[in-house]
Amino acid sequence: MAGTAVRGRLTWQTATVGSVTDETPQARTLSLEVADWPGHRAGQHVDVRLTADDGYQAERAYSIASAPGEPLAITVERLDDGEVSPYLTEELQPGDVLEVRGPIGGYFVWEADFGGPLMLLAGGSGVVPLRAILRYRRLIGSSVPVRLLYSSRSLPDVIYRTELDSYGAEVIYALTRLQPTGWTGYARRVDQPMLAEVAWPAAAQPLAYVCGPTNFVEAVASGLVALGYPAERVKTERFGATGQ
Amino acid sequence: MDPLDSSTLDSSTLDSSTLDGNAIGGLLIEVFGTEMTMAVGTCGSCGTVRHVAELVVYRPGLGTVVRCRACDAVLMAFVQIRGVTCVDLLGLASLA
Repeated sequence: MAGTAVRGRLTWQTATVGSVTDETPQARTLSLEVADWPGHRAGQHVDVRLTADDGYQAERAYSIASAPGEPLAITVERLDDGEVSPYLTEELQPGDVLEVRGPIGGYFVWEADFGGPLMLLAGGSGVVPLRAILRYRRLIGSSVPVRLLYSSRSLPDVIYRTELDSYGAEVIYALTRLQPTGWTGYARRVDQPMLAEVAWPAAAQPLAYVCGPTNFVEAVASGLVALGYPAERVKTERFGATGQ
Repeated sequence: MDPLDSSTLDSSTLDSSTLDGNAIGGLLIEVFGTEMTMAVGTCGSCGTVRHVAELVVYRPGLGTVVRCRACDAVLMAFVQIRGVTCVDLLGLASLA
């Protein structure tokens, strides 16, 4: 039976929080120590499970923020009406434990031999798995051209702001709600004209990874297809509605 | 798919809280014993062929429903009760 055959392939393991790093007022990176962590691929995620004193359990999926070969880390963005994220971003401390299972995912992953040029498009916390891809690309010394279009509410909400310039990628921001004084970049939500200006031309045979709120992913993915990207060269990961 | 509005790409008709097959990767490994987001599903209603990762996923709380992105037909449904997972794949013409 499928159920019994699976036990042991993907089991819940105890993860101990090693350190926490506040990336923005809303987002925190948790480094997790898992005994016998098998390693992971860039773009994969883990399922996290919390059990309350009364036995109530909540499960969520979080993209892995670190590159293959680096210790496991996830970046969690606090949702105001969230059940799990407020605990992970505000309560959890180094030394605390939670349950994880993974790594999970075979579709939204990048390997060096997939090539490029790479077109990465992030909406809010959708940048997390793309950051793993950027770190991995840098780690292996890949020279595949890469461009990141990152849509965020404001500059203080940009996760990994100071390190994104260090990946050898062209990074373009679209700040949708609040821009700093003197901002000359995009100050609106991603739209078709912006995609036409920013995305690699289809003739370059780019490989696109789109991640973020469902509405963002839907709009951007169809926008890329409208620019001539084959659907099978546009990989998508939808995070649902984030209340933004 | 609706023609694209040239000024914004607002997909207001879509339920913005839906996920996709990536989100249930763990559940699928539990059920099938292997990574399934790259598996290709064929809709039994309209014949659309997509990776499982690209299918529409609803998690209303009582279970998980997976729908065709093109015609909205239910392809898969999973309900977990007392440690047992009930699996319905009747909406799929094939899964490979």
